[in-house]
Amino acid sequence: MAAQLSAFQRLQRVLTRHAGVRRTWLFVRWLLMLAVTFTGLLGVTFFIGRKIPIDPLLAMLGERASVQAYAAARVALGLDKPLIVQFLIYVRDVLHGDLGMSLLTSNPVIDDIKRVFPATLELATLSTFIGIVIGVPLGVAAAVRHNRWIDHVARFIGLAGSSLPVFWLALMGLLLFYAKLHWVSGPGRIDPLYDGLVDTRTGSLLLDSVLAGEWDVFRNALSHIVLPAAILAFYSIAYLSRMTRSFMLEQLSQEYIVTARAMGLSERRVIWRHAFGNIAVPLLTVIALAYSYLLEGSVLTEIVFAWPGIGSYLTGALLNADMNAVLGSTLVIGATFITLNLLTDALYRVFDPRAR
Amino acid sequence: MKQPRKEWHAWLLTDTPASRRQAALGLAYRRWRRFASNPLSVFGLATLMLLIVFAAIGPLLPLHDPLRQVLGDRLLPPGSPSHWFGTDQLGRDILARLVIGSRLTLSIAILVVVLVVPVGLLIGTTAGFCGGFVDTVLMRLTDIALAFPKIVLALAFAAALGPGVINAVIAISITAWPPYARLARAETLRLVQADFIHVARLQGASSMRILLRYIVPLCSSSVIVRATLDMAGIILTVAGLGFLGLGAQPPSPEWGFMVASGRGVLLDAWWVATIPGIAILLVSLAFNLLGDGLRDVFDPRQGG
Repeated sequence: MAAQLSAFQRLQRVLTRHAGVRRTWLFVRWLLMLAVTFTGLLGVTFFIGRKIPIDPLLAMLGERASVQAYAAARVALGLDKPLIVQFLIYVRDVLHGDLGMSLLTSNPVIDDIKRVFPATLELATLSTFIGIVIGVPLGVAAAVRHNRWIDHVARFIGLAGSSLPVFWLALMGLLLFYAKLHWVSGPGRIDPLYDGLVDTRTGSLLLDSVLAGEWDVFRNALSHIVLPAAILAFYSIAYLSRMTRSFMLEQLSQEYIVTARAMGLSERRVIWRHAFGNIAVPLLTVIALAYSYLLEGSVLTEIVFAWPGIGSYLTGALLNADMNAVLGSTLVIGATFITLNLLTDALYRVFDPRAR
Repeated sequence: MKQPRKEWHAWLLTDTPASRRQAALGLAYRRWRRFASNPLSVFGLATLMLLIVFAAIGPLLPLHDPLRQVLGDRLLPPGSPSHWFGTDQLGRDILARLVIGSRLTLSIAILVVVLVVPVGLLIGTTAGFCGGFVDTVLMRLTDIALAFPKIVLALAFAAALGPGVINAVIAISITAWPPYARLARAETLRLVQADFIHVARLQGASSMRILLRYIVPLCSSSVIVRATLDMAGIILTVAGLGFLGLGAQPPSPEWGFMVASGRGVLLDAWWVATIPGIAILLVSLAFNLLGDGLRDVFDPRQGG
């Protein structure tokens, strides 16, 4: 039955008795997991790419192409080789950074992605930062003052964060804060007037304009990023506060807290130094997860704000049936998502000896 | 007539039930009392019941035709005499479209759950029960699927398979099953040590019988809670796909698509995009509240 170990698991245990060997072996296993997951992702995108109902050859050659031309094109594109060879060629191309050409922009997809990804990263980073600054203290307060009003506020926000459709909230935000109140700038990352005035050094318009000392550009960029960042931050706050609260509640119910209080430590010390100190690492992994969710959710928000990131690149490619761009973006977002997820897994296991 | 009620009450809650039926009914009653003590959970349940009723009898109600365009009545605000929620830019009644759209939303969500839960259960219980190599392989597979980004992959699938309801269901299902496999496996590992499983084996029950008759039913409560909470997210994902034009196609009144089509007239006619969004919000909220309530009933250890 399940409680008994298989021969392989027993062998594993015997060989890795030494702690150093064990650590190396776990790292190798993690790397293997990463490689297999990436291969899975590549397989999925390859499969999707082959599954499209339109024959790419006919699309290129037109429907009146002669049989010879069709056959020649087939050989030229390597479509006559067995599927597994095509897959290996695909993997080799991807690993060399070749994601094909975009039908829409006529650029290599990888160049397009390099151009748009920083915008998404800037938005995700700012939103996660706000989420941490507001969400984590909120979660701690909600746990410490369990069942008081702030706990209810936190739970309400958590509920709202899992029930509000993000694209709708974004639209409502634009309607209220841009159209009616004029507190923020409209869609886009920056007004066309200021576009291109600042050199791209870090990829973040905010940082670049500060570094260049162009305060007008900075103010304009800020007024554009405020609304999307606030809305995405709301979801981060909801998620992070819920996780922090849950972690803290678990810690605060443990006996060492009672001991610490009995020993005369101030409440502040007990909460922040001891309880919070113990959840710091799981919290870091949760933060990385929250970041990856924001990256993934960008496909729904960027289109509303006309934010020129990978999300709107993907949705634009989707609407125009630009399969190379769609699959390339899927690969990049997927690879980032997978890496962050597996990294959090690994971090968790490294720092929590119980999980080994 | 308080007497009969008190008698029922006592009969259901007795410590010494005389039959299995009495014990089962008593348990159900206790659970219901616990559930009903939380007004939010009851609100969630009531909202969902209302949704199901509207979805079921929607076409029979005396509403406007959701597909009929009356270009003379375009963009009427909510509160107009014959159009309570107003009309969209093609003159279609929004209330009617909401009600008919609820059928779409519900059916897609239910289809996904019906596909995903059995598959996840099967994989999880098999992994937990068999252990060893089978367990490792299945769990690695689950971990790999769990590490994929859901919305992005659903987008890519829908892009390849083409827009449409069935394709949207398939796309979402492909990435939605891993949590159930994990859950089922955890429950199975817990149960497989139990004495009654050993007894069943000694009595000669085959593995298949043990799995299906004992383990799967015992996993079901946590799976149901998880499925209800997941439904909220699935509704949002379906609406998101619809927003991008990948779900039900026009003129089908899918809620996400309605929000997208209201974008163009957002500044002049805010209600075209706002009202379907509120509907999505309410349904998702209802599932969340219901799921929280169920979790409190079935597994009070969690949450807090």
